[in-house]
Parts: sequence; structure tokens; C-alpha cells
Amino acid sequence: MNKKSRILAFPYLLWMAVFIIIPLILIAVFACTTTITVDADGNRLSEEDVLSIKEEYAEVYGEEADAELENAIFEKKVFTWDNLLGVSAYMPTLINSIWLALIATVICLLLGYPVAYIISRMHYSKQKMMVMLTMLPMWMNFLLRTYAWMTILENNGLLNKLFGLVGLGPFQFINTQGAVVLGMVYNYLPFMILPLYSIMTKIDDRTIEAARDLGAGSANVFLRIVLPLSTPGIASGISMVFVPAVSTFIISKMLGGGTNMLIGDLIDLQFLGNAYNPNLGAAISLVLMVFILLCMSITNSIDDEEMEAVIV
Amino acid sequence: MKKKNFASRAWLALVFTFLYAPIGVLIAYSFNSSKSRTVWTGFTLDWYKKLFHNEEIIKSLGVTLVVALVASVLATVLGTAAAIGISGMKKGTRSAIMNITYMPILNPEIVTGVSLMLLFVFAGIDFGYVTLILAHVCFCTPYVILNVLPKIRQMDMSLCEAAMDLGCNQRQVYGKVIIPEIMPGILTGFLMSLTYSIDDFVISYFTYGAESQTLSITIYAMTRRKVSPEINALSTIIFLVVLTILLVMNISDVRKYKKLARRDGI
Repeated sequence: MNKKSRILAFPYLLWMAVFIIIPLILIAVFACTTTITVDADGNRLSEEDVLSIKEEYAEVYGEEADAELENAIFEKKVFTWDNLLGVSAYMPTLINSIWLALIATVICLLLGYPVAYIISRMHYSKQKMMVMLTMLPMWMNFLLRTYAWMTILENNGLLNKLFGLVGLGPFQFINTQGAVVLGMVYNYLPFMILPLYSIMTKIDDRTIEAARDLGAGSANVFLRIVLPLSTPGIASGISMVFVPAVSTFIISKMLGGGTNMLIGDLIDLQFLGNAYNPNLGAAISLVLMVFILLCMSITNSIDDEEMEAVIV
Repeated sequence: MKKKNFASRAWLALVFTFLYAPIGVLIAYSFNSSKSRTVWTGFTLDWYKKLFHNEEIIKSLGVTLVVALVASVLATVLGTAAAIGISGMKKGTRSAIMNITYMPILNPEIVTGVSLMLLFVFAGIDFGYVTLILAHVCFCTPYVILNVLPKIRQMDMSLCEAAMDLGCNQRQVYGKVIIPEIMPGILTGFLMSLTYSIDDFVISYFTYGAESQTLSITIYAMTRRKVSPEINALSTIIFLVVLTILLVMNISDVRKYKKLARRDGI
């Protein structure tokens, strides 16, 4: 493409600045500021000070107190580390989110890896059909998919009915951490299968046959051929499941019953929930973002190295 | 060999049962005459009738489609132009821009949603159609760029030179050579934008206004009220629509493959 075409990217560059860079800067700014009340000389006022000033003004000025107060009390945004330091109080929630997302990712990998391999060894026209079947649930709205599990896991839901038939239960399924993990696995399993499948279709059948001819058993074929060749798919599958799982707030809300808070719920609470505090919310978001981007750069580097190893 | 075949079939059956059982349950209950989600009291189509008379759902379906269409068109135009421009840049600038472009996709959705919400509050834009569409364009554009860029890279640049030699000006080169060449990428980008926009919940949740509730937001409100069998009916319809689209796509794909296979004499 010639240099003249560069002009075409300018609207996008402007867009990028306004809708990608500035919002991220705003998160950082919100995370590092807090709103305080000061008097006309710029001295910080405590909540009690503000209350007493308000009372005083109400007595002196009567109905015009509000108008006069505007000249006496000001809101000011100041720099602070408090929000970011305050995130440490929520460490247990963050660790819990990471833990549950990790379990879900491992289960997805264990369930999805054989599926991807089996599909990739099928006949071409059959493969298309199976991939379609894998994608179909993904195309349904994920709220509906999660809602379906609510029906099944309820205390007097389908699963407990089934257990009841054989004289067991009822068990508590919904509103447990297990239900949250199940929701994650169910919602994100296709995200694990698809990248694994697309890398495995590139494994030439002849490579496997050659290994067999040279005397490798099934275990050896898997460990020395299939697994190394599919590592880039594993890396992208893991990040495609882990990232949405660790930051979800709907699954935990619907299947965890509000008691199993995840980091996403915490952010939601600070912006649209009862605990309204955008500064703290921004700080938690910033921590989550940095954590995710670090994880991604690690998996990406694995991805690249393995890719190079495969090509060389 | 037989044994292995059985094992892999069993595994596939297990995983696909896991994937489809919940959807099957939803579909079954959509015909249940009782409002309860636990007892089966008889067959009915009442929930479908109720669904079609539920103004909230019909209206939010309209919002979803309008937003998805407008946002996808905007994202496709913006992204295609960007991809053409970016591919003309030096390697360093290009990779810097691409790294920023990846951000809305790499970042957790909730962070993108929250950051856009802060932007709209900061800029003083009222939450409604405008914020919703801007937010959707924001997460759709990267998909367009990522689909168009490889097509430009695959393109034979001598085509552009040939067109110019034959008297095309820069504009005609875009219209007659480049755009038709990269059309498959543009189309995939547009379709991806459309599906992501229709399916989106998290980013819409932080950027919608009272007058611009998308279907996802309405479904969310309904699930909060716990029992509403209309959701089951809605799921069944959505499932059938998606199934039809995928089947049509799959069939035309297989036909294309067969045609190709015949032509190549495989």
C-alpha cells in the first residue's frame, strides 16, 4: 500500500485516541484521585466540619443557605494512593476469582482437548458440522445459557428431582462456588475447543503415521507429536477462557446467589450498585487490567516461542 | 481400533450432551403450561403468545437490531479505512497502533465497559442510543481491522500499479481494485461485528440509557425476577434462528467444497 493511503487511517487514529486511550487514562486518573471538601482558603474539611458549617449557615441565612454555601464549601479532586492501596482489602475476592477461573480453565482444557482432537481427525464435511455444533450454544445469548442452569440447579430444580427419584438429596447446588465454576465451564468451553481445533487441523496425519512407523506408541505420539504441535492452541484457548471467566460478574450473580462475590461483582457494585464509589471501582479495574495484560503477555510469549520451535 | 472409536464417540456424546442439555430443558419448559419451572402440567403455546405481546421485549429487540446495524456499518467503514491506511505505514508505527487496537479485545469486557462509562460521564453525554452505538463501534472496529488487514497483505500490489498505469486515479484504485479484492475480509468483519453487537451484554450494561435497552439488558432484568417462562419461549426462538443461519451457512459451505473438489478432480 502506498504512502498516500495513510490519510485513510487518520479518522481511526482520532477515534483510537478518544475511545481507547482517553478512557484508559480516565480509569488511571479515577483510581488515583479522591474527592474532598475544602473551605474557601483550601483547607480540608472533615464530614463533621461540613455538617456544622451547614447547620450554622442554615441558622444564619435561612432559605438562602444553599446559595451561600456554594461560596464556602468546595469539592476538590486530589491525588491519592488510598484507592489503590484499598484494593488490598479485596485481595481475598481477587484470589477467589482467580482460583475459580483457574479451575474452570483446567476443566475446559480437560473436556475440550479430546473433543478438538477427535473433531480434527474426522472427514472434512463432518468436521464442519461438528464445529457448527460447538459454536451453536455460543451464539445463544449467554444470559439465557446461564439462566438455563438456574432452572436445572435450583433447590427444587431438575437435578434434585432426578436425585429424588433414586432417593437421594436434595442437595444444595445453586448459590455454591461449584455452580459458579460450572457456569464458567459451560459458557466458555467452546472458546477452548475452537482454537484447539483450528491448530489441530494443521497437524498433518502423515506426521502421526510417521511417528507410528518409527515405533511410537499412542502415549509417545501424544506427548511428542500432538501435544507440542498444539501448544499455541492451548495457550490461546487458556487465555480465551481465563480472561472472561476471571472478570465475569453475571455468572456469579445468577448462579452464585450474590454471596460468592467475584472481582467483577465488586467493580459492578462500585459503579452501578449500592456501594457507589467510582474511584475505588476504577482502582480495582486498573488492578484487574494490569493482572490480565501481564498474564496475556506471558501466554503470548509461550505462544511465540513454541511457534518458532515448531517452524524451525 | 474399534475400542478407540467407541471411546471417542462416547466422549463427544458426553460433551455435547453437557452443551445441549440445558438448552433442551429451556425448550421443553417453553411448552409447559405451568408457570413453575419444576412441574410439568401440560402442553401450551401461551408463553409464545405472551412473548409476542410483550412490548418491552419487542421494543428492545428493535433497539438491539438498530444499534447492531448502525454500529456495524460505522465500524466496517472506520475499520476498513483504518486497515488500508495502517498497511501503508512503517513497521514501528504499525505495530504500535495495532497494540492499541487490540486493547478493547484483550481487556476484560467489564474494564472496557467501565472505561467507556467514565468517558461518557466525563464528556457529559446523556446515556442512550448515542453512547450505546459509540461503545459498540468501539469493540467492533478491532474485529473489522483484524479481518481486513490479512486480505490487504495477501493482495498483489502490482494490481494497483497496473490500474494506475491504465489511467486510474487514486480514488478509482480504491473503488475498482482494492475494495473488491478485500471484500471477503470486509464482509467477515461486518458479520462478526453484527453478531458481537447483538450478543453483547457487559458493555451495553455500562453504556445503555433508559430509552435504549437492548434485548440482553431486558433478558437480564427478566432473569432477576426469577420466574418468567417467556424467557424459555424467547430462548427457543433464538435457538431456532441461530440453528437455521448456521445450517444454511454450513450447507452452502459443503456445496462450495464439493464443487471445488470436483473441479480439482479430488
